[in-house]
Amino acid sequence: MNGQPSSPTRRRLLMAAPLVVAGGVGVGFWRMLSGMTKGSFDPHDIHAPALNRPVPDFALPDQAPGQGFSAQDLRALKSPVLVNYFASWCIPCVAEMPVLNALKERLPIWGIAYKDKPEHALGFVQRAGNPYARIAADRDGLAAIDWGVSGVPETFLIGPGGVIRWHTASPITETMITNTIMPLADSLKS
Amino acid sequence: MKTHSPRRYGVIALLVCLLFAPLVAMAVDDPSEMLPDPAQEQRAEAIGSQLRCLVCQNESIEDSSADLARDLRHVVREHVARGESNRQIMDWMVNRYGNFIRLKPPLTIGTLLLWVMPLLALCIGIGVAWWTFRRPRTVTPTPLTDEERRRLSDLTETR
Repeated sequence: MNGQPSSPTRRRLLMAAPLVVAGGVGVGFWRMLSGMTKGSFDPHDIHAPALNRPVPDFALPDQAPGQGFSAQDLRALKSPVLVNYFASWCIPCVAEMPVLNALKERLPIWGIAYKDKPEHALGFVQRAGNPYARIAADRDGLAAIDWGVSGVPETFLIGPGGVIRWHTASPITETMITNTIMPLADSLKS
Repeated sequence: MKTHSPRRYGVIALLVCLLFAPLVAMAVDDPSEMLPDPAQEQRAEAIGSQLRCLVCQNESIEDSSADLARDLRHVVREHVARGESNRQIMDWMVNRYGNFIRLKPPLTIGTLLLWVMPLLALCIGIGVAWWTFRRPRTVTPTPLTDEERRRLSDLTETR
């Protein structure tokens, strides 16, 4: 094109291009990493499309010391409940128990023991303190597949009429309760 | 000879054990979960190899030995035995776990860039190549100065 050697502006642009690309990539990684520490970004999140859907059809038997429940029970609800998949063999479930026990006064929690021996699940809630108003047993883990559960713990906030209003595949924390769960549950009550 | 024989029997016994060891290892992934009809089993495997194990995430449910993967394999086989189409089974899975469960993502707005990337890369490559070769290569060098010309002739003459 125009005179040689190439114009200084073009040379500067060519030199800046890799820096701009590297900078953009860097900002992207920084946002991902800061999202991971804050909990707003989870690379393992499978984005199961459970949100704003009615709970799937299921009917699960009792798990001592609680009473089992079915989709009908959840759909008949007038106020929100938290459904929590747990297992005695799951360490994060142990970790979230104190938080759930502190929450149970403000929001009813219904538990589902996932692929657990009845006596093990019973021992678990006796040891950790029982936060559950009702407990059902999903022994073959097939109801969990209908819920889109990929592991334990997983927690669903069920609104009136049995609609899934919120979902997480990570252990429940204080921050989640104060920032997300309780405001949402309160808005569903009225 | 006779003093060696107990040891030799031991070695033979060990070899026999090793020979059968793979059978034990294979029994971990239970063959009883396979469908009796080989054609159906093959179809179930083909579907399963397109489904992501949600625990290991980079393995298909056919390759993973995670508990959930085994359950999903079982579910796939149930649906195949019931005579459902591949499409129906895939939809059933996507309905529960979203598109993430598909190892081959569908073409949507969100995955458009991913799908057109090979074509895009090829186009960019061709564009760059064309742009580079199109430019005149014969750059007329600036003429030598007197000083340089003298030096050059010095050098060539001494040879």
